[in-house]
Amino acid sequence: MSLVEDLLAGDKRAAAKLISLIEDGDEEATEVIRAIYKETGKAQTVAVSGPPGSGKSTLIHRLAQAFRRRGKTVGIIAVDPTSPLTGGALLGDRVRMGDLTADEGVFIRSMGTRGRLGGVSAATSDAINVLDAFGSDVIFVETAGVGQTDVEVAALTHTMVVLLMPGAGDDVQAFKAGIFEVADLFVVNKADRGGAEAVAADLEVMVGMGEETGWVPPVLLASGLRDDGIAEVADQVEAHFAHLAESGGLEAKRRTRVEREILGALAESIQARGLALRSGTAFSDWVDRVLQKDASPREAAQGLLETLGPEG
Amino acid sequence: MEKIRVLVAKPGLDGHDRGAKVIARGLRDAGMEVIYTGLHQTPEDIVEAAIQEDVDAVGLSSLSGAHMTLFPRVARLLRERGMENVLVIGGGIIPPDDIVSLKEAGIDRIFGPGTFLKEVVAYIEGHVGK
Repeated sequence: MSLVEDLLAGDKRAAAKLISLIEDGDEEATEVIRAIYKETGKAQTVAVSGPPGSGKSTLIHRLAQAFRRRGKTVGIIAVDPTSPLTGGALLGDRVRMGDLTADEGVFIRSMGTRGRLGGVSAATSDAINVLDAFGSDVIFVETAGVGQTDVEVAALTHTMVVLLMPGAGDDVQAFKAGIFEVADLFVVNKADRGGAEAVAADLEVMVGMGEETGWVPPVLLASGLRDDGIAEVADQVEAHFAHLAESGGLEAKRRTRVEREILGALAESIQARGLALRSGTAFSDWVDRVLQKDASPREAAQGLLETLGPEG
Repeated sequence: MEKIRVLVAKPGLDGHDRGAKVIARGLRDAGMEVIYTGLHQTPEDIVEAAIQEDVDAVGLSSLSGAHMTLFPRVARLLRERGMENVLVIGGGIIPPDDIVSLKEAGIDRIFGPGTFLKEVVAYIEGHVGK
């Protein structure tokens, strides 16, 4: 397990190799995750979500610089969509983060969603664990920019930053279900353009109607391009973590994340075993019965589920 | 399942990135994960990004004439950082006489103008993990 030892000693190559093992679903990955798991739980994790083109990469670039100035090391996991047609992906978030590459205290990893909805890939949670064990103080997760539905990542991170920009829809957007419900912090980016104040005002109304949890999501204006308002965003990211620590929210978050990780792994292995049934006779028998209107697809699934005994 | 990961980068000051983008798109459509880093990268940045992204191949594009300085430097730094297994390919405006020296300097293959995407795809698929 020398890769794990190298990781704990702060070797970037080991971190990179371990994330690849996890992404490729290598058999070694289960062992590796187990070995590093007890070294996790030290980092503050921050998700940054928002529609495509809202400036997520640029904002993370600026926030990473701000946290570096505050003496923190930074890990970045940048997720972009995988093509459902070819399995390929163009991972382009590093373009906006160029000058961070040379910084010894920053580690950036690009990941494709690889078939998972929700803005992150199945391996993202474990990649967070790798960077946590590696020693990154603050870990940013940039979602694939699917916007409204990437609630999944909120369960994996401490703080959810939702990014909006002027000129992208009316105030009804702010009342829709989805990431607006799980945001801990709203940033109206591109505030150097007109209309940002109006977007912020709409958000303030929505936030003011929220449940009383002791934390009212702040609404901030920023311009990633001009590096304006970034320190305030960094302040609020730190304030939210402090709030979680004081209110007992950290423990609750940890439990939610572990539940989510177990359920995710469970769903994956059941799916894999379910797909493996496809080549069996029981499966084709059920298909025939459904075709003859003798059973519904749901009954077939129930019947097949009962044949999934203990593994082996 | 192991997916092929390729870093596509533009070293140096040259701003002509159409070719690099076409290659990036072609490799994506061939099912690879392409990390595109954009313009004006130093060889040091390219190698550091290749390490963090754990890529199988690095594709360099140059149309400015600086390939004889920049490409070998990337190949050397990769070796020095223990990444000698990474396939290094180059493309752009490269005179035939330079190709021999570039091969000696550790660039595995140079593709010139007029190359079919499928040639590049087949080469990468056939040579990763060399």
